[in-house]
Amino acid sequence: MTFSRKQLGIPYALFLILFVVAPLLVIVYYAFTNGSGQFTIANLTNFFANPNTLGTLCYSFVLAFTTTCVCLLIAYPVAYILARSEWKAKNIILLIFITPMWVNFTLRITALKEILTLVEKNLAYFPFFNSVIGMTYDFLPFMILPLYTTLTRLDHSLIEAAGDLGADAVQSFLRVTLPLSVPGIVSGISMVFLPAMTNYVVLDMLYNSTYIMGSLIGSYFSSDDWHNGSMIALVLLLIICIFTFFGSNADDEANARGGAVL
Amino acid sequence: MAEHTGNIIELKHITKTYTDNGFTAVSDFNLEVGRGEFVTFLGPSGCGKTTTLRMIAGFEMPTGGEILLNGQDITKLPANKRPINTVFQRYALFPHMNIYDNIAFGLKLKKLPRDEIRKKVNHVLDMVDLEGFENRRVSTLSGGQQQRIAIARALVNEPEILLLDEPLGALDLKMRKEMQIELKNMHDQLGITFIYVTHDQEEALVMSDKIVVMSEGCTQQIGTPEDIYNEPKNAFVADFIGDSNIFKGIMTGDKKVRFCGGEFECVDDVKEGTLIDAVVRPEDVILTTPDRGVIEGVVTSVIFKGIHYEIAVESGKYEMIIQSTKSAIVGDHVGMMLEPDGIHIMIAEDHTTCFETTVNSDLNLAFNDEEIRCDLTKIIPGSVIRDGELFDDDGEKVDLDKIRVMVSIEPEDIEMSDDLDAGLVVGKIINLIYKGDHYSYVVRTEYGHDLIVDDEYLWNMHDKVSLIMPEDKMQFALKK
Repeated sequence: MTFSRKQLGIPYALFLILFVVAPLLVIVYYAFTNGSGQFTIANLTNFFANPNTLGTLCYSFVLAFTTTCVCLLIAYPVAYILARSEWKAKNIILLIFITPMWVNFTLRITALKEILTLVEKNLAYFPFFNSVIGMTYDFLPFMILPLYTTLTRLDHSLIEAAGDLGADAVQSFLRVTLPLSVPGIVSGISMVFLPAMTNYVVLDMLYNSTYIMGSLIGSYFSSDDWHNGSMIALVLLLIICIFTFFGSNADDEANARGGAVL
Repeated sequence: MAEHTGNIIELKHITKTYTDNGFTAVSDFNLEVGRGEFVTFLGPSGCGKTTTLRMIAGFEMPTGGEILLNGQDITKLPANKRPINTVFQRYALFPHMNIYDNIAFGLKLKKLPRDEIRKKVNHVLDMVDLEGFENRRVSTLSGGQQQRIAIARALVNEPEILLLDEPLGALDLKMRKEMQIELKNMHDQLGITFIYVTHDQEEALVMSDKIVVMSEGCTQQIGTPEDIYNEPKNAFVADFIGDSNIFKGIMTGDKKVRFCGGEFECVDDVKEGTLIDAVVRPEDVILTTPDRGVIEGVVTSVIFKGIHYEIAVESGKYEMIIQSTKSAIVGDHVGMMLEPDGIHIMIAEDHTTCFETTVNSDLNLAFNDEEIRCDLTKIIPGSVIRDGELFDDDGEKVDLDKIRVMVSIEPEDIEMSDDLDAGLVVGKIINLIYKGDHYSYVVRTEYGHDLIVDDEYLWNMHDKVSLIMPEDKMQFALKK
């Protein structure tokens, strides 16, 4: 018996149906039904009527936004210096920024927790600040890598051309390097912002689990309210879809202009 | 301003050595460029022509020497402060801007009023025949169009000097020919000084007022296209510019020269007995019947090349390439004649290889762990060897550590081998020139020296070879 390519795809299709499509359908079903299994949009109105849900959403958003900004502010100079320098040691320095990814996640955050406790005495004083530090620490490599890749692929003769046409270092950075690194910035942001928005573990470990979407869903589920929990999950999913869509659009356009992404 | 001589730019003793690997890309480069001239740097890749251009642009700083612009030292001035613009090899157009913004880039930095910028951009777009392209993206343009935009972007700033780094290298042949003429016309109309880099000798001959032929970071010859073609200064220039037959020869009398198995009249007045290299352009050889020719030979190949036939004739151990509008038949016996002004005489350079050796305890010479056997008593007059020790003519024992012996060997006595352990040193072939009956190679050794080796067999560029130097062909001399 000979295999056609289509037959080779069958296991993957089964996997997708079982673990991606089916759960999604279950979520959609629960989100639009009530306890007795009838169709309703009450769960949706609940979402927007409940100040607790909306507040949590805003808090998550602000937290993720701040984390992304801090990551970008740290990662861009690092990636820029590493990409432009001619050190032989630059790969090692890049590695130093990347290695934390290889250390067990729980171990990393626990270590950070100990350090923060040492400095702040009690973590409960600065929950927002601590969460930003924790997530920045966690997500920084995901911001550095795409930026570094974009900046190393940047054609150096473009910067020379800018200088040749009369631009000083600052002008050629603002007019050439920065716009051309947009693809890297976009893919860095999408790799940091979205996980930061729905992060659960870091916040939980740093005692800041009151206002996060994950624990909100969890609290509904644990009180057997599958319907409202599913609706929150569904709304989150939609928000992420929208962000990803705009992100990849900006990516494509920048790519068409000769940029590069990871 | 210091008094200046009408030269727009002068390069004085420019040297560039890279600190990281010690490689000298350009050494002691001198050039004066007059206002409005079209100067071309011509040479094979890696000869330092682009590096020199980049130093004029300000992208690289020379490690020695100075650059004067209108008599003023600009050696340390950064690129953005120089009234010089560059057309880059691969255009370097900004991919995130449209054509208008690309061209207006330099003008916007100068903060010119908007309508003046628009006027100037339209003017250069008109000049390169791309009106109406303002809003197009760079990626939608063909190579030739991008090339024109790159030229427009540089010219719109009205530079004193326009630098062009192999600007036509990426275009196809027909396009290249058209652009050559267009560039030449632009140069004539604008009166801007052009400095042009190319490895294409034909392009250089067509476009330039002055050609600088470069090789291995050094200037080989500076002159007008006619000078360079008709009066090449050395075998490298002759071989690089146009096709040529190069033969080793000797002056046999007043304006008489012998090479390729015949004696010819020539126009160069060189002392009798001088060893020379004779250059004969293929189009200057006159084919005739065997009895009327100065030398005769057998036609070995005929290739049709469009406007002429390229005919190879074997005469004894020499081979002559001839370009003629009349064909010949392979196997025919033919005679060859040369007009006196068709022969160009270059005094042969001394290509003897010399190197310094020490004396080892066996009283032989040592060179980088290799032993060269020789009789020291013949090198040091009056010395004798007793019990394995060397004594000079006064009977005193000679301190072997203090003696250095110079070894010299002629290019034709060195043999090349691909068995890398066979010879004294290993090197890479970095240049080769066919000289009628043999090839003359430049071999760069692992120690960074360039040696001239003559060999009748063809090796490839960049071949790694071992140089065998027979001890009986070596000359020894005591270093004082």
